[in-house]
Amino acid sequence: MEFHVTVFSALSALAYLIVGPFAGGLLAGVDRKITAKMQGRYGPPILQPFYDVRKLLEKEAVTVNNGQDFYVMCCLIFMIVTGVLFFSGENLLLVIFTLTTATVFLVIAAYSSNSPYAQIGAERELLQMMSYEPMVLLMAVGMYMVNHSFYVRDIVTSDALSLKLLIGVFIGYMFILTIKFRKSPFDLSMSHHAHQELVKGVTTEFSGRTLAALEVAHWYENVFLLGFVFLFFSNGTWYMAVVGVVVCLLAYFLEILIDNAYARMKWQFTLKSSWLMTIIFGGVNLMLLYFFKAFGIV
Amino acid sequence: MSYVTKSPWVIHYDGSSCNGCDIEVLACLTPMYDVERFGIINTGNPKHADVFLVTGSINEQNISVVKQRYEQMPEPKIVVAVGICATSGGVFRECYNIKGGVDTVIPVDVYVPGCAARPEAIIDGVVKGLGVLAEKQARMAKLSGSAKTETATDTEQEPDEAIEVRYYGKVDEEPAVGASGEGKGEA
Ligand code: SF4
Repeated sequence: MEFHVTVFSALSALAYLIVGPFAGGLLAGVDRKITAKMQGRYGPPILQPFYDVRKLLEKEAVTVNNGQDFYVMCCLIFMIVTGVLFFSGENLLLVIFTLTTATVFLVIAAYSSNSPYAQIGAERELLQMMSYEPMVLLMAVGMYMVNHSFYVRDIVTSDALSLKLLIGVFIGYMFILTIKFRKSPFDLSMSHHAHQELVKGVTTEFSGRTLAALEVAHWYENVFLLGFVFLFFSNGTWYMAVVGVVVCLLAYFLEILIDNAYARMKWQFTLKSSWLMTIIFGGVNLMLLYFFKAFGIV
Repeated sequence: MSYVTKSPWVIHYDGSSCNGCDIEVLACLTPMYDVERFGIINTGNPKHADVFLVTGSINEQNISVVKQRYEQMPEPKIVVAVGICATSGGVFRECYNIKGGVDTVIPVDVYVPGCAARPEAIIDGVVKGLGVLAEKQARMAKLSGSAKTETATDTEQEPDEAIEVRYYGKVDEEPAVGASGEGKGEA
């Protein structure tokens, strides 16, 4: 790797490390404000998520067992590692696998508490993972077919506009993004809104610092999830980079809209619909792309 | 300044209320009153909550429930008794299975009388409680800062001077405990 590429990778990873949680927290704050406006309410201050996390850090530490905190910290660390790998331009597959590891740690943390609510939450979290993983992997495959590389830095700088050939994959990814953002109708394992049938799902037994760590992990996660959206729009030019960022924000707005327009669905629907979307939009897209390539059309 | 006053998360428990006060509690969440503008969230989980909102009186069946919920909440925490039933037993006071107000089982920090307590009074009660919450927080910070021989809960249990909120939402005398209106955010 050339020297200036290494330096740039290191710098963008560092920027993510520092700016990431602020961007994520701000997104969450804007989310709550827009949600409130959509419901005809005034809503909390934009900085409310930061107040919440600061408060949680001040609270008394109560844990069910010693392992739980360790697992949640692992979840946070792996989430950060995922983002750092992504923003330093590393292999997309590696990014996806680290993301899965982070989520698995969350599931283990929830299971370790022995609380029935957390356990059902953990089971649902696993079901959610089953629902979105195929689509995320197909996205990586599609990125490789168009840009001839799994490396994020190559995908970003290659002059091929991924969206043109991967429009189906993009739609599929937008669909599973609802699951990843924990938005209705797919916020099965844990919801940001009050009173669900599982109390608070996976986070039921977490409080204070542990809950704060999880919230920060979620902020980090949201930022690089939107980074995936950006990949579809980058072709190495600055104006497409601007378009990419704007589309990321629009995507987030769309998720808020969906969140407010739907009630929670059952897990059966989540699994079926996301797999169906994966096959119809992701699978068919990649199959057509394969044939186009074989016959030399693209 | 303590951040606990900026994001008080509430858990609501219905003792043996007639549901009148519960409906008023829920009314606080509606666009009309929108307590989220103070950062107040209605959570269903005692482990996430800072404010324990109890409506209705305590009966023999729910003593253990109320106690357990209170114990599950991490410090600092406050208890707000909403409605005259939660304050003293109210019209159910003489019933064979009623033990009395919430303070017969757990320490109460703010009393919000009224039958039913108005949403304005409930919000006022929670906001008044924030002062107590901040004080508890400060005491906790001081404890963990100095010698860690005493556990935070030891001092937390000592009964605070309770505040009363009139049901029409006004307080005649200034409460003994510094109840500031902090946490009102930008409302
Ligand atoms: S105070 Fe009045 S409205 Fe509230 S629970 Fe008691 S009887 Fe019902």
